[in-house]
Amino acid sequence: MSAPILEMRGITKSFPGVKALSGVDLTVRPGEIHAICGENGAGKSTLMKVLSGVYPHGSYDGEILFEGEPAAFKDIRDGERHGVVIIHQELALVPYLSIAENIFLGNEQTRRGFIDWNDTLRRAKTLLQRVGLRENPQTPVSDIGVGKQQLVEIAKALSKEVKLLILDEPTAALNDEDSAKLLDLIVELREQGISSIVISHKLNEIRQITDTVTILRDGRTIESLTVRQTPAHEPELSEDRIIRGMVGRDLDHRFPARTPYEGADAGELALAVEGWTVRHPVDHQRTVVDDVSLTVRRGEIVGIAGLMGAGRTELAMSVFGRSYGQYVAGTVAVNGRPVVTKTVPAAVEAGIAYVTEDRKRYGLNLIDNINRNVSLASLPGMRRRGGLGGFVDEHHERQVSERYRASMNIKTPTVFEQVGRLSGGNQQKVVLSKWIHADPEVLILDEPTRGIDVGAKYEIYTVIDRLAAQGKAVLFISSELPELLGMCDRIYTMAEGRLTGEVTRAEATQEVLMRHMTQTRSTGSKS
Amino acid sequence: MTTTTTPPRDPSSAPPPAVRSAGALLLDSMRSNMRQYGMLIALAFIVVLFQIWTDGTLLLPNNVSNLIQQNGYILILAIGMMIVIIAGHIDLSVGSLVAFVGAMSAVMMVKHDMPWVLALVLSLLIGAVAGAWQGFFIAYVGIPSFIVTLAGMLLFRGLTQIVLEGQSLAPFPDGFQNIAKGFIPEMGPYTQYHNPTLLLGLATIVFLLLREWRDRKRQLAFELDVLPTGLWAAKCVAMTAAVVAFTLTLASFHGVPVVMLIMCALLLVLGHVMRNAVVGRHVYALGGNKAAAKLSGVKDKRVTFLVFVNMGVLAALAGCVYAARLNAGTPQAGLNFELEAIAASFIGGASMSGGVGTVMGAVIGGLVLGVLNNGMSLVGIGTDYQQVIKGLVLLAAVGFDVWNKRKVGR
Repeated sequence: MSAPILEMRGITKSFPGVKALSGVDLTVRPGEIHAICGENGAGKSTLMKVLSGVYPHGSYDGEILFEGEPAAFKDIRDGERHGVVIIHQELALVPYLSIAENIFLGNEQTRRGFIDWNDTLRRAKTLLQRVGLRENPQTPVSDIGVGKQQLVEIAKALSKEVKLLILDEPTAALNDEDSAKLLDLIVELREQGISSIVISHKLNEIRQITDTVTILRDGRTIESLTVRQTPAHEPELSEDRIIRGMVGRDLDHRFPARTPYEGADAGELALAVEGWTVRHPVDHQRTVVDDVSLTVRRGEIVGIAGLMGAGRTELAMSVFGRSYGQYVAGTVAVNGRPVVTKTVPAAVEAGIAYVTEDRKRYGLNLIDNINRNVSLASLPGMRRRGGLGGFVDEHHERQVSERYRASMNIKTPTVFEQVGRLSGGNQQKVVLSKWIHADPEVLILDEPTRGIDVGAKYEIYTVIDRLAAQGKAVLFISSELPELLGMCDRIYTMAEGRLTGEVTRAEATQEVLMRHMTQTRSTGSKS
Repeated sequence: MTTTTTPPRDPSSAPPPAVRSAGALLLDSMRSNMRQYGMLIALAFIVVLFQIWTDGTLLLPNNVSNLIQQNGYILILAIGMMIVIIAGHIDLSVGSLVAFVGAMSAVMMVKHDMPWVLALVLSLLIGAVAGAWQGFFIAYVGIPSFIVTLAGMLLFRGLTQIVLEGQSLAPFPDGFQNIAKGFIPEMGPYTQYHNPTLLLGLATIVFLLLREWRDRKRQLAFELDVLPTGLWAAKCVAMTAAVVAFTLTLASFHGVPVVMLIMCALLLVLGHVMRNAVVGRHVYALGGNKAAAKLSGVKDKRVTFLVFVNMGVLAALAGCVYAARLNAGTPQAGLNFELEAIAASFIGGASMSGGVGTVMGAVIGGLVLGVLNNGMSLVGIGTDYQQVIKGLVLLAAVGFDVWNKRKVGR
């Protein structure tokens, strides 16, 4: 076998409080398509950022050999000069510039200091032919679809004399047809001698096109598997084999013992969603949540498992005041009564609370203090009765925030500390406090333990358990399967916007869930 | 973190607050209000500087009165502008709106002999409508406030010239002029001092002390952290001394100017609204993180709309005060007022990205500019250099804040 084009040895990368990668090895041979698999948070994207120079040399430990030479990329452009180009999941194109301008952005074709438009257009045309995109290079990027934009990104990579192309979830936003086209192109590039690393959750795609699969778990390399492509294109490596590698670990978190709710109304339906269907806010052709029906009972913790892009957050946010997408159909009932949750205040009024997965963007006012963040969703209830026409009682407000500081164990010198200065775990406790104090019937928790350390995770689990024990209904969205298995009474699985399974606590294993979660339209029953 | 085994405590058993050192408490409250304390100190420094430089003219009773009346309308605008900026917007139209409302009041009173009280009320109404007009486009149509109010700047300036037909209208009735030039009337026996002003000063002291005492009592009842008794007493004494000094200064001239009464009312009411009313809190939340505020149930459109209606009313009030001070409605009134108000807000602690600032800060920022103006005029610095200096002060104030934040935030 030929010498590897890329060797990464013992890559270790830490962020404050979290070790994202510890001693990862990766070897890519020339002219191969190499897949990297792993659960969300396994370290795939971090590894690729280390490789492409997003995290510069020196900010990680370990060694990278590219074409046999030690590589020490200072930044992305340095990496690109050596032929390593990364295409991120969120495309980095400027919408109002033309295809040609985007391809040569930062790498303008100039003559005597001015842009040579003839050369630019001619070269753009050649590149577009190579990626099989028949568009005028002068078309603005905003006028072409996502699938074609992805091809423009690849053309841009080709313009930089790419030797190793990294694609992060390249087909996540594409429909089946565009995906197939893109995968064909990657295979074609291999024939031209360009190696690729593909990060993907779609196991069927991996089996179709890749030569080798490396599996990461918890920031470590678990194994590298060879996918032998027989002439009949019938791969030997099964999806189950990959799944086992992705999830096969001992439970390394502890969970509090569940306290059952013993109220008279235990087991009654608290939340019932019927036929919920939502389209993408911009691309109205795409159905993001497709005919989802689910229930949560009082005192019950119900999980939703799914890979990135499965539509879990979109489901939750659209139910919560139609905060996402374009509503098409579906009903919501709380405690058996149908409710209309058209706006956030209406949803809150109906007894629904949603704790976002992105606390910094959607959950907190980072420049304000803990006190005011906790009270934000329940200010009307904090008004002083009588007297001067309903002003917020600051003392009562402070009493409330002090109470949550104690009960949630928010580690801070004072409740007047800016929320932006707290650690992730403590920020999450502030968001939870805000919604717990709003006293909802149903709490939708979206990735409540994302990006926080193990100790704080346990505390969050305890809070969730306490809420269920008080008779609240909890809908628990998470990408961490052990967490769902440890906490939930029932787990729904979603893939491509649809519910693909419902598993009770007794039946649930990581393998079962992962099978349901990867049951995409193209792999499952072809309907 | 090693707290894996400690489950959170039950919420009903909140522990008594830890006894913390006075210094730590003081530092805490200082740090969270760094910008405002900084500006208060800067204001004090500027006052002392010019007091020395002008050989004591700056704080002579008649100059203090003058200072207040000179800056009243800018302070009124600054309060409104501060709220607009906290909400994450900007209003460039207030200068033109000042001129337009001044012109309309002149038309009503000078041309149509309308009673001044009625004209004043109608003027404020015009301001509210103008604010609603702009607020509609900003909140409900979604046009950026910069553009809507830039259009408003042209629109209201044009309307002013149309209404006035390019000429000034004067004079106003005495009652109306009093809004800007008058003082509260003297009463009672001759005491060397202005009696009602003394009473107002006394009332202010009683009010402030009562509030302090009540707050402290409630904080103690709720077992919250409080300042140690000694420090708290010192704070009360300092506050009382400041009010006494100010009252005596005003009382030894004509007493409290009417504008100051209006200002204090605004400061009190809007300060309370921004701090303690639900809508005020929602303004902060909206400016701090619009997406999070919406997901917390803040009615973003309505709040934004109200903020601009409020700005419109305040601009109208400033317009009346300015017209009354000039004793004329003129087409060129209010030129660059929007810039002064914006500068005052930023000096007083607003942030370009919204979510930060206080009504009190706007007043402090406005006073910094006002004292600079007045002091520099007294020592005979030309308006050319005055502009240069004011520009540098604005740059320094915001620059200090940016630097301070970066240092703290690392």
